[in-house]
Amino acid sequence: MKYAGLLVMPAGFFLTLSALVLFPASSPGVRAGFVLCGLAVEALGLVVAVRGHMEAEAKNRQ
Amino acid sequence: MTPALPPAFPETTFVLVLVLLLMAPLAIAGVALLNVGLGRSRSAAQALLGNLAIVAVTAIAFALVGATLAATTGAGHIFHAAGKPWNWLGTGPWFLSGLSSASPQAQLGLLFEFLAVALAALIPWGSGADRLRLAAGCAIAAVLAAIVFPLAAHWVWAGSGSETGGWLSKLGVNFSLGAGFLDPAGAGVIHVLGGLSALAVVWIAGPRRGKFPQGGFATAMPGHNAVYILFGCLLALTGWLAFNLAGAVLWMHEPLGGLPVTAVNTLLSASGAVVATLAVTRYRFGKPDASLCANGWLTGLVASSASAAVVSPLAALFIGIVAGIMTPLLVEVLELAVSIDDPSGAITVHGAGGLWGLIAAGIFARQAGQLTAQVVGIAALLGLLLPLAYLLFWLLNRVVPFRVEADGERIGMDLHELGGGAYPEFVIHRDESYR
Repeated sequence: MKYAGLLVMPAGFFLTLSALVLFPASSPGVRAGFVLCGLAVEALGLVVAVRGHMEAEAKNRQ
Repeated sequence: MTPALPPAFPETTFVLVLVLLLMAPLAIAGVALLNVGLGRSRSAAQALLGNLAIVAVTAIAFALVGATLAATTGAGHIFHAAGKPWNWLGTGPWFLSGLSSASPQAQLGLLFEFLAVALAALIPWGSGADRLRLAAGCAIAAVLAAIVFPLAAHWVWAGSGSETGGWLSKLGVNFSLGAGFLDPAGAGVIHVLGGLSALAVVWIAGPRRGKFPQGGFATAMPGHNAVYILFGCLLALTGWLAFNLAGAVLWMHEPLGGLPVTAVNTLLSASGAVVATLAVTRYRFGKPDASLCANGWLTGLVASSASAAVVSPLAALFIGIVAGIMTPLLVEVLELAVSIDDPSGAITVHGAGGLWGLIAAGIFARQAGQLTAQVVGIAALLGLLLPLAYLLFWLLNRVVPFRVEADGERIGMDLHELGGGAYPEFVIHRDESYR
Protein backbone atom coordinates (compact mmCIF):
# COMPACT_ATOMS: atom_id res chain seq x y z
CA MET A 1 0.00 0.00 0.00
CA LYS A 2 2.89 2.31 0.81
CA TYR A 3 4.48 1.58 -2.56
CA ALA A 4 1.18 2.17 -4.37
CA GLY A 5 0.94 5.58 -2.74
CA LEU A 6 4.49 6.45 -3.69
CA LEU A 7 3.78 5.43 -7.30
CA VAL A 8 0.72 7.66 -7.45
CA MET A 9 2.75 10.73 -6.45
CA PRO A 10 4.80 11.03 -9.67
CA ALA A 11 1.54 10.71 -11.60
CA GLY A 12 0.32 13.83 -9.83
CA PHE A 13 3.55 15.60 -10.71
CA PHE A 14 3.18 14.81 -14.41
CA LEU A 15 -0.43 16.00 -14.23
CA THR A 16 0.90 19.32 -12.91
CA LEU A 17 3.41 19.55 -15.74
CA SER A 18 0.76 18.76 -18.32
CA ALA A 19 -1.31 21.67 -16.99
CA LEU A 20 1.52 24.03 -17.85
CA VAL A 21 1.87 22.61 -21.35
CA LEU A 22 -1.81 22.20 -22.22
CA PHE A 23 -3.30 25.41 -20.91
CA PRO A 24 -2.22 28.80 -22.25
CA ALA A 25 -1.18 31.68 -20.01
CA SER A 26 -4.32 33.53 -21.14
CA SER A 27 -6.47 31.26 -18.98
CA PRO A 28 -4.63 31.32 -15.65
CA GLY A 29 -7.64 30.19 -13.63
CA VAL A 30 -8.10 26.94 -15.52
CA ARG A 31 -4.38 26.28 -15.47
CA ALA A 32 -4.13 26.93 -11.73
CA GLY A 33 -7.08 24.61 -11.16
CA PHE A 34 -5.43 21.84 -13.17
CA VAL A 35 -2.15 22.37 -11.29
CA LEU A 36 -4.04 22.05 -8.00
CA CYS A 37 -5.62 18.81 -9.25
CA GLY A 38 -2.11 17.45 -9.81
CA LEU A 39 -1.12 18.43 -6.28
CA ALA A 40 -4.32 16.83 -4.96
CA VAL A 41 -3.36 13.55 -6.66
CA GLU A 42 0.05 13.77 -4.97
CA ALA A 43 -1.61 14.43 -1.62
CA LEU A 44 -3.80 11.39 -2.20
CA GLY A 45 -0.71 9.30 -2.90
CA LEU A 46 0.90 10.59 0.30
CA VAL A 47 -2.20 9.74 2.32
CA VAL A 48 -2.21 6.19 0.89
CA ALA A 49 1.50 5.82 1.69
CA VAL A 50 0.95 7.07 5.25
CA ARG A 51 -1.98 4.68 5.69
CA GLY A 52 0.26 1.86 4.50
CA HIS A 53 2.86 2.87 7.08
CA MET A 54 0.22 2.94 9.83
CA GLU A 55 -1.01 -0.53 8.94
CA ALA A 56 2.52 -1.90 8.97
CA GLU A 57 3.19 -0.28 12.35
CA ALA A 58 -0.02 -1.72 13.78
CA LYS A 59 1.09 -5.21 12.69
CA ASN A 60 4.52 -4.73 14.23
CA ARG A 61 2.94 -3.87 17.56
CA GLN A 62 1.11 -7.20 17.75
CA MET B 1 43.60 34.38 -12.26
CA THR B 2 40.17 35.61 -11.27
CA PRO B 3 38.53 37.74 -13.98
CA ALA B 4 37.31 41.26 -13.26
CA LEU B 5 34.03 41.50 -11.40
CA PRO B 6 31.01 42.11 -13.65
CA PRO B 7 29.26 45.43 -13.10
CA ALA B 8 26.09 43.65 -11.93
CA PHE B 9 27.98 42.15 -8.98
CA PRO B 10 30.36 44.73 -7.54
CA GLU B 11 33.13 44.03 -5.05
CA THR B 12 31.16 45.31 -2.07
CA THR B 13 28.38 42.83 -2.83
CA PHE B 14 30.93 40.05 -3.27
CA VAL B 15 32.52 40.78 0.11
CA LEU B 16 29.16 41.05 1.85
CA VAL B 17 27.90 37.73 0.47
CA LEU B 18 31.20 36.03 1.31
CA VAL B 19 31.03 37.26 4.91
CA LEU B 20 27.39 36.13 5.15
CA LEU B 21 28.30 32.69 3.85
CA LEU B 22 31.08 32.42 6.43
CA MET B 23 28.39 32.92 9.10
CA ALA B 24 25.97 30.43 7.53
CA PRO B 25 27.61 27.35 9.16
CA LEU B 26 26.09 28.57 12.42
CA ALA B 27 22.77 27.27 11.07
CA ILE B 28 24.42 23.88 10.65
CA ALA B 29 25.80 24.09 14.20
CA GLY B 30 22.38 25.04 15.54
CA VAL B 31 20.61 22.14 13.83
CA ALA B 32 23.37 19.78 15.01
CA LEU B 33 22.86 20.88 18.63
CA LEU B 34 19.11 20.41 18.25
CA ASN B 35 19.66 16.93 16.84
CA VAL B 36 21.83 15.99 19.80
CA GLY B 37 19.72 17.61 22.50
CA LEU B 38 16.48 16.06 21.24
CA GLY B 39 18.01 12.58 21.28
CA ARG B 40 18.93 10.48 24.31
CA SER B 41 21.95 10.96 26.53
CA ARG B 42 23.29 7.48 25.75
CA SER B 43 23.45 8.36 22.04
CA ALA B 44 24.72 11.95 22.33
CA ALA B 45 28.33 11.43 21.24
CA GLN B 46 27.31 9.26 18.29
CA ALA B 47 24.72 11.86 17.29
CA LEU B 48 27.17 14.78 17.31
CA LEU B 49 29.93 12.77 15.64
CA GLY B 50 27.33 11.81 13.03
CA ASN B 51 26.56 15.48 12.40
CA LEU B 52 30.24 16.18 11.88
CA ALA B 53 30.74 13.13 9.64
CA ILE B 54 27.67 14.02 7.58
CA VAL B 55 28.95 17.55 6.91
CA ALA B 56 32.25 16.03 5.76
CA VAL B 57 30.66 13.33 3.59
CA THR B 58 28.27 15.75 1.92
CA ALA B 59 31.15 18.12 1.10
CA ILE B 60 33.11 15.30 -0.56
CA ALA B 61 30.12 13.77 -2.39
CA PHE B 62 28.95 17.16 -3.58
CA ALA B 63 32.43 18.10 -4.78
CA LEU B 64 32.88 14.82 -6.66
CA VAL B 65 29.42 14.45 -8.24
CA GLY B 66 26.73 16.79 -6.96
CA ALA B 67 28.30 20.09 -7.96
CA THR B 68 28.39 18.95 -11.58
CA LEU B 69 24.69 18.09 -11.64
CA ALA B 70 23.66 21.13 -9.61
CA ALA B 71 25.70 23.62 -11.64
CA THR B 72 24.07 27.04 -11.48
CA THR B 73 25.98 28.29 -14.52
CA GLY B 74 26.48 26.79 -17.98
CA ALA B 75 23.98 25.46 -20.49
CA GLY B 76 22.63 22.37 -18.70
CA HIS B 77 20.77 19.41 -20.18
CA ILE B 78 17.76 20.89 -21.96
CA PHE B 79 14.87 19.22 -23.75
CA HIS B 80 12.13 21.09 -25.56
CA ALA B 81 8.43 20.44 -25.00
CA ALA B 82 5.53 22.64 -26.08
CA GLY B 83 8.05 25.02 -27.60
CA LYS B 84 9.70 25.74 -24.25
CA PRO B 85 13.15 24.78 -22.97
CA TRP B 86 13.19 22.50 -19.89
CA ASN B 87 16.58 22.69 -18.23
CA TRP B 88 16.51 19.71 -15.85
CA LEU B 89 20.15 18.80 -15.12
CA GLY B 90 23.37 20.74 -14.76
CA THR B 91 26.45 20.21 -16.88
CA GLY B 92 29.13 21.76 -14.71
CA PRO B 93 32.77 20.76 -14.84
CA TRP B 94 33.68 17.52 -13.05
CA PHE B 95 35.50 17.55 -9.71
CA LEU B 96 35.28 21.37 -9.42
CA SER B 97 37.85 21.81 -12.18
CA GLY B 98 38.25 25.43 -13.25
CA LEU B 99 36.64 26.71 -10.07
CA SER B 100 39.31 29.35 -9.48
CA SER B 101 38.66 30.88 -12.90
CA ALA B 102 34.88 30.88 -12.54
CA SER B 103 33.10 34.19 -11.99
CA PRO B 104 32.97 35.39 -8.37
CA GLN B 105 29.19 35.02 -8.42
CA ALA B 106 29.48 31.39 -9.55
CA GLN B 107 32.03 30.69 -6.82
CA LEU B 108 29.78 32.18 -4.16
CA GLY B 109 26.83 30.22 -5.54
CA LEU B 110 28.81 27.02 -5.22
CA LEU B 111 29.82 27.85 -1.65
CA PHE B 112 26.15 28.51 -0.85
CA GLU B 113 25.26 25.09 -2.26
CA PHE B 114 28.01 23.35 -0.26
CA LEU B 115 26.58 24.77 2.96
CA ALA B 116 22.99 24.16 1.87
CA VAL B 117 23.54 20.48 1.13
CA ALA B 118 25.25 19.98 4.51
CA LEU B 119 22.23 21.49 6.25
CA ALA B 120 19.81 19.39 4.21
CA ALA B 121 21.67 16.17 5.01
CA LEU B 122 21.58 16.81 8.78
CA ILE B 123 17.78 16.80 8.76
CA PRO B 124 17.17 13.04 8.27
CA TRP B 125 19.97 12.27 10.75
CA GLY B 126 17.98 13.98 13.51
CA SER B 127 14.86 12.00 12.64
CA GLY B 128 16.73 8.69 12.74
CA ALA B 129 18.32 9.46 16.12
CA ASP B 130 18.90 6.61 18.60
CA ARG B 131 18.62 3.83 16.01
CA LEU B 132 20.38 4.95 12.81
CA ARG B 133 23.90 3.58 12.37
CA LEU B 134 26.71 6.05 11.75
CA ALA B 135 27.63 4.37 8.45
CA ALA B 136 24.00 4.56 7.33
CA GLY B 137 23.81 8.26 8.19
CA CYS B 138 26.90 8.92 6.09
CA ALA B 139 25.59 6.82 3.20
CA ILE B 140 22.25 8.65 3.26
CA ALA B 141 24.10 11.98 3.25
CA ALA B 142 26.23 10.88 0.29
CA VAL B 143 23.17 9.88 -1.76
CA LEU B 144 21.43 13.14 -0.91
CA ALA B 145 24.48 15.23 -1.82
CA ALA B 146 25.32 13.36 -5.00
CA ILE B 147 21.89 12.78 -6.56
CA VAL B 148 18.77 14.20 -4.90
CA PHE B 149 19.85 17.66 -3.74
CA PRO B 150 21.63 18.60 -7.01
CA LEU B 151 18.43 18.01 -8.99
CA ALA B 152 16.42 20.39 -6.83
CA ALA B 153 19.23 22.95 -6.58
CA HIS B 154 19.65 23.05 -10.34
CA TRP B 155 15.94 23.37 -11.02
CA VAL B 156 15.50 26.23 -8.55
CA TRP B 157 18.77 28.17 -8.47
CA ALA B 158 20.48 27.59 -11.81
CA GLY B 159 20.78 30.45 -14.22
CA SER B 160 18.96 33.09 -12.23
CA GLY B 161 19.31 36.10 -14.48
CA SER B 162 20.29 34.11 -17.59
CA GLU B 163 18.20 32.86 -20.50
CA THR B 164 18.51 29.15 -19.81
CA GLY B 165 17.97 28.59 -16.12
CA GLY B 166 16.57 25.61 -14.25
CA TRP B 167 13.02 24.84 -15.33
CA LEU B 168 11.46 25.88 -12.01
CA SER B 169 13.32 29.20 -11.89
CA LYS B 170 12.13 29.94 -15.43
CA LEU B 171 8.41 29.31 -14.84
CA GLY B 172 7.90 33.08 -14.94
CA VAL B 173 9.69 33.58 -18.26
CA ASN B 174 8.32 30.49 -19.99
CA PHE B 175 4.80 30.24 -18.57
CA SER B 176 4.06 33.73 -17.18
CA LEU B 177 3.92 32.43 -13.62
CA GLY B 178 5.07 35.40 -11.52
CA ALA B 179 8.84 35.52 -11.06
CA GLY B 180 9.18 31.73 -11.34
CA PHE B 181 9.49 29.42 -8.34
CA LEU B 182 10.67 31.61 -5.44
CA ASP B 183 12.97 29.92 -2.96
CA PRO B 184 15.94 32.21 -2.33
CA ALA B 185 17.21 30.58 0.87
CA GLY B 186 16.21 26.97 0.35
CA ALA B 187 12.87 26.42 2.09
CA GLY B 188 12.18 23.87 -0.63
CA VAL B 189 15.64 22.85 -1.81
CA ILE B 190 17.08 22.45 1.71
CA HIS B 191 14.24 22.04 4.16
CA VAL B 192 11.35 20.39 2.32
CA LEU B 193 13.84 18.06 0.66
CA GLY B 194 15.45 17.32 4.03
CA GLY B 195 12.08 16.84 5.71
CA LEU B 196 10.84 14.48 2.99
CA SER B 197 14.13 12.56 3.16
CA ALA B 198 13.61 12.32 6.92
CA LEU B 199 10.15 10.85 6.30
CA ALA B 200 11.62 8.27 3.92
CA VAL B 201 14.37 7.36 6.43
CA VAL B 202 11.88 7.02 9.30
CA TRP B 203 9.61 4.84 7.14
CA ILE B 204 12.50 2.54 6.31
CA ALA B 205 14.24 2.46 9.71
CA GLY B 206 11.04 2.22 11.79
CA PRO B 207 10.47 3.62 15.28
CA ARG B 208 12.74 3.29 18.30
CA ARG B 209 12.18 0.13 20.33
CA GLY B 210 9.47 0.65 22.88
CA LYS B 211 8.19 3.86 21.28
CA PHE B 212 4.87 2.35 20.25
CA PRO B 213 4.12 -0.44 22.76
CA GLN B 214 1.51 -3.07 22.12
CA GLY B 215 -1.98 -1.88 23.04
CA GLY B 216 -0.90 1.44 24.48
CA PHE B 217 -0.13 5.06 23.72
CA ALA B 218 3.20 6.19 22.31
CA THR B 219 5.91 6.26 24.96
CA ALA B 220 7.27 9.74 25.72
CA MET B 221 11.00 9.83 24.99
CA PRO B 222 11.95 13.45 25.72
CA GLY B 223 15.17 15.05 24.56
CA HIS B 224 18.02 14.79 27.06
CA ASN B 225 19.37 18.35 27.05
CA ALA B 226 17.14 21.42 26.83
CA VAL B 227 20.18 23.71 27.02
CA TYR B 228 21.64 22.27 23.80
CA ILE B 229 18.24 22.56 22.14
CA LEU B 230 17.61 26.18 23.08
CA PHE B 231 21.16 27.36 22.50
CA GLY B 232 20.99 25.62 19.12
CA CYS B 233 17.99 27.82 18.31
CA LEU B 234 19.97 30.99 19.02
CA LEU B 235 22.89 29.79 16.89
CA ALA B 236 20.47 28.87 14.13
CA LEU B 237 19.08 32.42 14.04
CA THR B 238 22.48 33.83 13.08
CA GLY B 239 22.99 31.17 10.46
CA TRP B 240 19.50 31.65 9.05
CA LEU B 241 19.98 35.39 8.77
CA ALA B 242 23.14 34.69 6.78
CA PHE B 243 21.42 32.13 4.52
CA ASN B 244 18.40 34.35 3.89
CA LEU B 245 20.43 37.46 3.08
CA ALA B 246 23.01 35.66 0.97
CA GLY B 247 20.28 33.76 -0.90
CA ALA B 248 18.35 36.95 -1.60
CA VAL B 249 21.42 38.56 -3.15
CA LEU B 250 22.67 35.50 -5.02
CA TRP B 251 19.44 34.06 -6.43
CA MET B 252 17.08 37.05 -6.49
CA HIS B 253 19.64 39.81 -7.12
CA GLU B 254 18.11 41.82 -4.32
CA PRO B 255 19.75 45.27 -3.91
CA LEU B 256 21.74 45.73 -0.72
CA GLY B 257 19.26 48.38 0.44
CA GLY B 258 16.55 45.70 0.78
CA LEU B 259 18.56 43.39 3.01
CA PRO B 260 17.68 44.94 6.40
CA VAL B 261 13.98 44.26 5.71
CA THR B 262 14.80 40.66 4.84
CA ALA B 263 16.69 40.33 8.14
CA VAL B 264 13.82 41.90 10.10
CA ASN B 265 11.36 39.56 8.37
CA THR B 266 13.48 36.54 9.35
CA LEU B 267 13.51 37.64 12.98
CA LEU B 268 9.78 38.44 12.98
CA SER B 269 8.90 35.08 11.46
CA ALA B 270 10.89 33.18 14.10
CA SER B 271 9.55 35.41 16.89
CA GLY B 272 5.93 35.04 15.83
CA ALA B 273 6.41 31.29 15.62
CA VAL B 274 7.95 30.79 19.05
CA VAL B 275 5.36 33.01 20.77
CA ALA B 276 2.55 31.11 19.05
CA THR B 277 4.03 27.72 20.01
CA LEU B 278 4.53 28.94 23.57
CA ALA B 279 0.88 29.98 23.75
CA VAL B 280 -0.40 26.75 22.20
CA THR B 281 1.67 24.48 24.47
CA ARG B 282 0.79 26.61 27.51
CA TYR B 283 -2.89 26.21 26.63
CA ARG B 284 -2.71 22.49 25.86
CA PHE B 285 -0.33 21.26 28.59
CA GLY B 286 -0.67 23.93 31.27
CA LYS B 287 3.02 24.91 30.90
CA PRO B 288 5.13 25.89 27.89
CA ASP B 289 7.08 22.98 26.39
CA ALA B 290 10.75 23.86 25.83
CA SER B 291 11.49 21.40 23.04
CA LEU B 292 8.28 22.18 21.15
CA CYS B 293 9.00 25.92 21.50
CA ALA B 294 12.44 25.29 20.03
CA ASN B 295 10.81 23.41 17.17
CA GLY B 296 8.38 26.29 16.71
CA TRP B 297 11.24 28.81 16.53
CA LEU B 298 12.97 26.67 13.92
CA THR B 299 9.76 26.24 11.90
CA GLY B 300 9.44 30.03 11.79
CA LEU B 301 13.00 30.29 10.50
CA VAL B 302 12.38 27.57 7.92
CA ALA B 303 9.24 29.32 6.66
CA SER B 304 11.19 32.57 6.41
CA SER B 305 13.69 30.91 4.05
CA ALA B 306 11.18 31.18 1.22
CA SER B 307 9.34 34.30 2.19
CA ALA B 308 11.61 36.74 4.06
CA ALA B 309 12.93 38.42 0.92
CA VAL B 310 9.56 38.88 -0.77
CA VAL B 311 6.99 39.77 1.92
CA SER B 312 6.24 42.71 4.20
CA PRO B 313 7.17 42.61 7.92
CA LEU B 314 3.52 42.18 8.90
CA ALA B 315 3.15 39.25 6.54
CA ALA B 316 6.38 37.73 7.94
CA LEU B 317 4.92 37.93 11.44
CA PHE B 318 1.70 36.26 10.27
CA ILE B 319 3.68 33.53 8.50
CA GLY B 320 5.60 32.90 11.71
CA ILE B 321 2.47 32.75 13.85
CA VAL B 322 0.85 30.19 11.55
CA ALA B 323 4.08 28.15 11.57
CA GLY B 324 4.17 28.30 15.36
CA ILE B 325 0.56 27.16 15.77
CA MET B 326 1.05 24.36 13.26
CA THR B 327 4.21 22.93 14.83
CA PRO B 328 3.00 21.41 18.14
CA LEU B 329 -0.24 20.19 16.59
CA LEU B 330 1.47 18.43 13.70
CA VAL B 331 4.17 16.92 15.93
CA GLU B 332 1.38 15.45 18.05
CA VAL B 333 -0.58 14.17 15.05
CA LEU B 334 2.47 12.52 13.48
CA GLU B 335 3.42 10.78 16.71
CA LEU B 336 0.05 9.81 18.15
CA ALA B 337 -2.16 9.35 15.08
CA VAL B 338 0.25 8.36 12.32
CA SER B 339 2.82 6.39 14.41
CA ILE B 340 5.84 8.21 13.02
CA ASP B 341 8.76 8.33 15.45
CA ASP B 342 10.62 11.54 14.64
CA PRO B 343 12.77 12.51 17.67
CA SER B 344 13.89 15.86 16.24
CA GLY B 345 10.49 16.77 14.79
CA ALA B 346 12.23 17.36 11.46
CA ILE B 347 9.32 16.22 9.31
CA THR B 348 7.15 18.92 10.86
CA VAL B 349 9.80 21.61 11.26
CA HIS B 350 11.60 21.30 7.95
CA GLY B 351 9.06 19.46 5.77
CA ALA B 352 5.79 21.12 6.75
CA GLY B 353 7.43 24.43 7.73
CA GLY B 354 9.16 24.65 4.37
CA LEU B 355 5.95 23.84 2.50
CA TRP B 356 4.09 26.56 4.41
CA GLY B 357 6.87 29.06 3.68
CA LEU B 358 6.73 28.31 -0.04
CA ILE B 359 2.95 28.68 -0.15
CA ALA B 360 3.09 31.87 1.93
CA ALA B 361 5.65 33.38 -0.45
CA GLY B 362 3.20 32.73 -3.27
CA ILE B 363 0.31 34.28 -1.36
CA PHE B 364 2.09 37.41 -0.13
CA ALA B 365 4.46 38.10 -3.05
CA ARG B 366 1.62 39.84 -4.91
CA GLN B 367 2.59 38.85 -8.44
CA ALA B 368 0.15 37.32 -10.89
CA GLY B 369 0.65 33.58 -11.12
CA GLN B 370 3.17 33.43 -8.26
CA LEU B 371 1.08 31.07 -6.15
CA THR B 372 0.70 28.71 -9.11
CA ALA B 373 4.49 28.77 -9.60
CA GLN B 374 4.97 27.87 -5.94
CA VAL B 375 2.46 25.00 -6.21
CA VAL B 376 4.28 23.64 -9.28
CA GLY B 377 7.56 23.72 -7.33
CA ILE B 378 5.96 21.97 -4.37
CA ALA B 379 4.51 19.36 -6.73
CA ALA B 380 8.01 18.69 -8.10
CA LEU B 381 9.49 18.27 -4.62
CA LEU B 382 6.66 16.14 -3.31
CA GLY B 383 5.75 14.14 -6.39
CA LEU B 384 9.16 13.43 -7.84
CA LEU B 385 11.84 13.84 -5.18
CA LEU B 386 10.08 12.05 -2.28
CA PRO B 387 9.53 8.84 -4.31
CA LEU B 388 13.07 9.16 -5.69
CA ALA B 389 14.57 9.60 -2.21
CA TYR B 390 12.52 6.67 -0.88
CA LEU B 391 13.62 4.43 -3.74
CA LEU B 392 17.30 5.34 -3.33
CA PHE B 393 17.19 4.92 0.46
CA TRP B 394 15.32 1.62 0.13
CA LEU B 395 18.07 0.30 -2.15
CA LEU B 396 20.74 1.77 0.12
CA ASN B 397 19.21 0.00 3.12
CA ARG B 398 19.87 -3.33 1.35
CA VAL B 399 23.58 -2.50 1.13
CA VAL B 400 24.13 -0.49 4.31
CA PRO B 401 21.44 -1.47 6.86
CA PHE B 402 20.06 1.67 8.42
CA ARG B 403 19.03 0.29 11.76
CA VAL B 404 21.32 -0.78 14.55
CA GLU B 405 20.88 -4.21 16.22
CA ALA B 406 18.44 -4.44 19.14
CA ASP B 407 21.33 -4.67 21.61
CA GLY B 408 22.77 -1.43 20.25
CA GLU B 409 19.54 0.37 20.96
CA ARG B 410 19.38 -1.10 24.43
CA ILE B 411 22.86 -0.07 25.56
CA GLY B 412 22.85 3.16 23.54
CA MET B 413 24.51 4.17 20.30
CA ASP B 414 27.52 5.66 22.10
CA LEU B 415 28.65 2.42 23.73
CA HIS B 416 27.60 0.26 20.79
CA GLU B 417 29.20 2.27 17.99
CA LEU B 418 31.92 4.30 19.71
CA GLY B 419 32.77 2.23 22.77
CA GLY B 420 32.31 5.16 25.14
CA GLY B 421 29.61 7.57 26.24
CA ALA B 422 29.28 11.32 25.91
CA TYR B 423 28.98 11.75 29.67
CA PRO B 424 31.32 9.15 31.22
CA GLU B 425 31.12 10.62 34.73
CA PHE B 426 27.34 10.31 34.91
CA VAL B 427 25.20 7.22 35.34
CA ILE B 428 22.90 6.70 32.39
CA HIS B 429 19.68 5.28 33.77
CA ARG B 430 18.16 2.12 32.39
CA ASP B 431 15.15 2.76 30.23
CA GLU B 432 12.09 0.94 31.55
CA SER B 433 10.48 0.84 28.14
CA TYR B 434 12.94 -1.91 27.10
CA ARG B 435 11.61 -4.49 29.50
